[in-house]
Amino acid sequence: MVPMLQVDSLEKQFTLHLRGGLSLPVLHGVNLTVHAGECVALSGPSGAGKSTLLRSLYANYRADAGRILIRHEGEMVDIASAPPRTVVQVRAKTLGYVSQFLRVVPRVPALDIVAEAAPDRSQEKAAALLHRLNIPTRLHALPPATFSGGEQQRVNLARGFIGGHPILLLDEPTASLDAANADIVIAMITEAKARGVAIVGIFHDAEVRNRVADRLLHVAPLQDAA
Amino acid sequence: MTEETLLSARGLSLHFGKVPALVNVDADLWPGEVLAVVGESGSGKTTLLNVLSGRIRADSGVTWYRDPQSRLHDVHAMPAPALRALHRSDWGFVHQNPRDNLRMSVSAGGNVGERLMAAGNRHYGNIREAAIDWLAQVEIDPARVDDMPRTFSGGMLQRLQIARTLVTHPRLVFMDEPTGGLDVSVQARLLDLIRSLVARLNIAVVLVTHDLAVARLLAHRIMVMQRGEVVETGLTDQVLDDPQHAYTQLLVSSVLQA
Repeated sequence: MVPMLQVDSLEKQFTLHLRGGLSLPVLHGVNLTVHAGECVALSGPSGAGKSTLLRSLYANYRADAGRILIRHEGEMVDIASAPPRTVVQVRAKTLGYVSQFLRVVPRVPALDIVAEAAPDRSQEKAAALLHRLNIPTRLHALPPATFSGGEQQRVNLARGFIGGHPILLLDEPTASLDAANADIVIAMITEAKARGVAIVGIFHDAEVRNRVADRLLHVAPLQDAA
Repeated sequence: MTEETLLSARGLSLHFGKVPALVNVDADLWPGEVLAVVGESGSGKTTLLNVLSGRIRADSGVTWYRDPQSRLHDVHAMPAPALRALHRSDWGFVHQNPRDNLRMSVSAGGNVGERLMAAGNRHYGNIREAAIDWLAQVEIDPARVDDMPRTFSGGMLQRLQIARTLVTHPRLVFMDEPTGGLDVSVQARLLDLIRSLVARLNIAVVLVTHDLAVARLLAHRIMVMQRGEVVETGLTDQVLDDPQHAYTQLLVSSVLQA
């Protein structure tokens, strides 16, 4: 089995300079290896640092210590220490992230938001994926700012899945979805795993988690230090 | 990754009297990359833009530009005509106030065509065709090609300035608060336009803005300036979502959520 993502001794704390330099340790000594075709679910109580870990894996948050190795074009790249341009390239080709909420760009229609993320910019593929996620054609030409929470999340999922990244990070991909749409997302995750995509996700819904996750990584809350 | 920088500055310092405007600033820009320079008024961001583009000189430090033939030029040691030629062709400068760049007594089409003529084009038909094409690209009705800019709204003037700047296909564009002073609806249209044009034409941009949302939307990387110093730099989303420096944390936490 090929390791796609490997985390060694990851540390992350937040220093709040506007609160007198208050230090909040969140992650300590986190280790994780995810192979191709595997889905690891992050578990633990709210506030334990699951989202912080997921964002660190995407290099959205900066690691204070440790390594985050990503298999990018055949080599392991440490995105915790890589220069910004390397991170941009790793994100473009290798590492996809589906956030919980869509950050909408003014004026850009849903179809273009998804097509822009496709490697070949294909509008046909974007339309097909939106249809699969039950976003009807009449909405494709509209910017998603006025869409419902569930519709926005599905546009976001289409945008995340169309890139064909070998590693996907999913933050609550079914949080705003009804059961029928959640089933579609579960099917998409299952198909991605079958293609060899390595997935790390946060799934609050136990049923969804049981159906997609091969393993759990427990994230335990650290004691706050003053 | 071995690709070389388009623009590199090292150790730029500049004082206005006793006020430090730039303190030992380093900057790098790669082809096709958008770099945002953010900070409050007086932080030195516009001064940095003016120094990088050769419009003013620093007290010390050096700025290198790599031309399409991969030759390096010291921006501040270039002869004035060579720098002007660069600004007319390979570089562009988008001012906050479009009137600083446009000629208000020349038609919209003339404003776009003039830059092509300055770059050596002489065929009137081709120049007019290119002007009309560029008006359409910045969403100005081509029927207004012969209208004077003074009959245009603020948002249209800014789009006209962008057409005038991009018509020569510059590789590097400096932008100083391009959406400043516009209504939010006009701003959104302009941002979307800049975003798609820059991506499609693979233009490198140094963008000065005080608006973090504009930086997030347009920039790959961000530099945060305070009192002439670069206090933090990195990936745009990283700096805005996980700011490390006290001043960046203050900037990010001061943004009103709409």
